[in-house]
Amino acid sequence: MEREMMQDHSPDTTPFIRLRGVVKHYQGAAGAVVALRGIDLDVQRGEFLVVLGKSGSGKTTLVNLLTGLDRVTAGEVWVAATPVHRLSAGAAARWRGQTIGVVFQAFELLPTLTLLQNVMLPMDFARHGAPARQRERALALLAELELADHAHKPPSAISGGQQQRVAIARALANDPPLVVADEPTGSLDSATAATVVQIFTRLVAQGKTVVLVTHDHDVARQATRVITLSDGELTGG
Amino acid sequence: MRTIIHKRQGTPLQAGPDGQGPLVGLQRVVKTYQTAAGPFTALKGVDLSVNAGEFVAIVGKSGSGKSTLINMITGIDRPTAGAVIVNGTPLQTLTEEQIAVWRGQAIGVIFQFFQLLPTLTAVENILLAMDYGHRFPPSDRPARALHLLEQVGLADCAHRLPAQLSGGQQQCVAIARALANDPPLLTADEPTGNLDSKTAATILTLFEALVAQGKTILMVTHDDELARRAGRCVVIADGAIVQDQHHGA
Repeated sequence: MEREMMQDHSPDTTPFIRLRGVVKHYQGAAGAVVALRGIDLDVQRGEFLVVLGKSGSGKTTLVNLLTGLDRVTAGEVWVAATPVHRLSAGAAARWRGQTIGVVFQAFELLPTLTLLQNVMLPMDFARHGAPARQRERALALLAELELADHAHKPPSAISGGQQQRVAIARALANDPPLVVADEPTGSLDSATAATVVQIFTRLVAQGKTVVLVTHDHDVARQATRVITLSDGELTGG
Repeated sequence: MRTIIHKRQGTPLQAGPDGQGPLVGLQRVVKTYQTAAGPFTALKGVDLSVNAGEFVAIVGKSGSGKSTLINMITGIDRPTAGAVIVNGTPLQTLTEEQIAVWRGQAIGVIFQFFQLLPTLTAVENILLAMDYGHRFPPSDRPARALHLLEQVGLADCAHRLPAQLSGGQQQCVAIARALANDPPLLTADEPTGNLDSKTAATILTLFEALVAQGKTILMVTHDDELARRAGRCVVIADGAIVQDQHHGA
């Protein structure tokens, strides 16, 4: 049944990402909080979409719904012809592992593993290829991001900018078509932030679709499209 | 079995988990960092022995060197000089990669900010640690992971993502993960630093239960009240141990 839902009947006209009437409420201590108030959004393959918004605008909620890390209160989220809003948490995790690389503001590398092991984590989880080939691919990804010399170090031994590059390498571990980044430059100085944004630009040139949420207007300059999220609603774009 | 020389006694000492030597031994450990303002010595020749079954609080102000000390023991960082022997292994003999493998089996590491992977459920975070520890056969791992979640009171939350759990619950999952490969030693760097005092007390109760089961725990904290619940309190100031007090629990 799930397989049938996942079939893409019109691949030429369907956008890669389609959100329709997406609403998200949270139960807060002070009552219900409305994080998103009915979002409609289409993203085509190969776009570098930046979603600009202030703190509290609903950016992270949007990322969590897009990646299946959270579920909609109402509406539909389609990514790569999959109805993400209908997936169980377990199904969402398997689907995400193959479809989306997620990059976080705080890097979220495991401090007890080497950088190489951190990059290999999603491969293990998606059971992606034989161990020797996984290792080879992880080393190649680290080399691509100029971190080959650091492969066996723990995250604490490298800078924040380097840690974010490792996190991007990890996001690319299973070669997903989509990379979603939540404030990826929020913990970095502006020079380092620029180099990280360049990596996303390069990924788009290689055919990936990138959705990046940020409050930083400098980052938005590199995008192929910019939309603004304000009080849970899209304005402009 | 490797032998080491214990500085104070000057006699050879078995370093190992065999009951004859300490589980953790630091000898004249120095750690110097290069900073923009010149070299900074975070540890100035620290000696410390911890026996199996102890619950040790490491107390000190911010910048005193207590986190550096714990990072020496977990092998997350390396000493500039001196020796660190944990569970019979002299860490200076291992490469970074070997340390990561060794750590997966010998130590459960607990952090202030939990450090769970946001894209994995609670039970998956624990299974991941088991994947790296290679301690239990794959067929036994799911049941063990669920049992560990039960032990920390979170059986109902197994399939939730970290973002759907409270801070205290996330730390309990992190503790269950630290236990994944049944290590003899747990280290915790400010494990309650991000939690309210009631939740912090729950975490401490969990630690006490683990010590009663035979685990050894080293906990860094700046909270004197929590430190008093440990059997031993080591105070660090300015890169040196200035007090080492057994409470005789």
